[in-house]
Amino acid sequence: MLMESPSDGSAAPDHLEPPGLIELFLAFAKMSLAGFGGVLVFARRAIVEEHRWMTAEEFNEAFALCHFLPGPNIVNLSVVFGSRFRGIPGSIAAFLGLLGPPAAIVTALAAIYAHYGQIDAMQRTLAGITCAAVGLFLAVIAKMLLPLLKQRDPVALLLLVAVFAAVGLLRLPLPVVLLVSIPISIALTAWVRLRRTA
Amino acid sequence: MIAPVGTLVTIAWTFALMSLLAIGGANSAIPEMHRIAVDVRQWMTDAQFADMFAISQLSPGPNVLIVTLIGYHVAGIAGGLVATAAMCGPSAVVAYIVSRTLQRSAQSKWPAILQAALVPLSIGLMCASGLILAQTADRTLIAAAITLAAAIVAFATKLNPLWLLAAGGVLGFAGLV
Repeated sequence: MLMESPSDGSAAPDHLEPPGLIELFLAFAKMSLAGFGGVLVFARRAIVEEHRWMTAEEFNEAFALCHFLPGPNIVNLSVVFGSRFRGIPGSIAAFLGLLGPPAAIVTALAAIYAHYGQIDAMQRTLAGITCAAVGLFLAVIAKMLLPLLKQRDPVALLLLVAVFAAVGLLRLPLPVVLLVSIPISIALTAWVRLRRTA
Repeated sequence: MIAPVGTLVTIAWTFALMSLLAIGGANSAIPEMHRIAVDVRQWMTDAQFADMFAISQLSPGPNVLIVTLIGYHVAGIAGGLVATAAMCGPSAVVAYIVSRTLQRSAQSKWPAILQAALVPLSIGLMCASGLILAQTADRTLIAAAITLAAAIVAFATKLNPLWLLAAGGVLGFAGLV
């Protein structure tokens, strides 16, 4: 996967022409519409394997950045990606491609739901789908949780449980919880790391 | 349906704030969406929130589009558009600025520390999302069993998730849930 010539990681890989605005819009629309249950897999396939706009390494780097920034990861990725090739217009093209077509579909589904959502058969079917969808969601969480559990980092686990209890059990407002937990987490993490390197 | 401007403004600032608080992704904000849409604003019932989660999982595109459904429910097409733009716009601007800044400045230790500090918080929020969704969806033992079965299959296999959603739909249609 990483057999391309080493790049300095700051610019686009020089395999192919950088994509144009329409190409960006279409590529993101395509990966978004293919993405049932998450777009990331399709984004990686399209960007790294199909179009070769980034190496796997560059993609991971860009995604890691988007993952720790707030907001929907994949939307952030589209903006970061678009800007690397075409500046702000590129960001907008990728953003609109990613969100526009699926948002139109979801709006149509919302209209259908508004008209027929109260019909008994529809209610029953949706209730069943919800149960399965929650199961899928729990599987995703389990996959994210495992690596963290393996690290056996007591500070991280304590923070995780505290945030879970505050938001999930006590139902405290998110702004309050983050206002308290982010500074504590940064201070603890920095302290642990600086002490380790010292 | 023409939405009152006041409602659209409420939707806009509600989701704009959420956009900047959703550390780790849109799924981290599900507890806050639920709290505001069901408890604080009483825009919808618990069951309707669960339905919207299901529809968002069922449709293509990023999972964040659950906010389009919530916005549409509150204020029609304009509501859906405003909610989507508000949830995605502010964080997109932040992402743009941060990625430009990082490209210019030399790599320091701080992004790594920030990332390490935020990961446990975002996974904690995801766990809270899971709990809240399970509580809204699984009101019977059979419903809980379907959720558990779907979770195990999705965790252990690479089966296309659409098959699991379809199976859930069939069981629901048959009146089992």
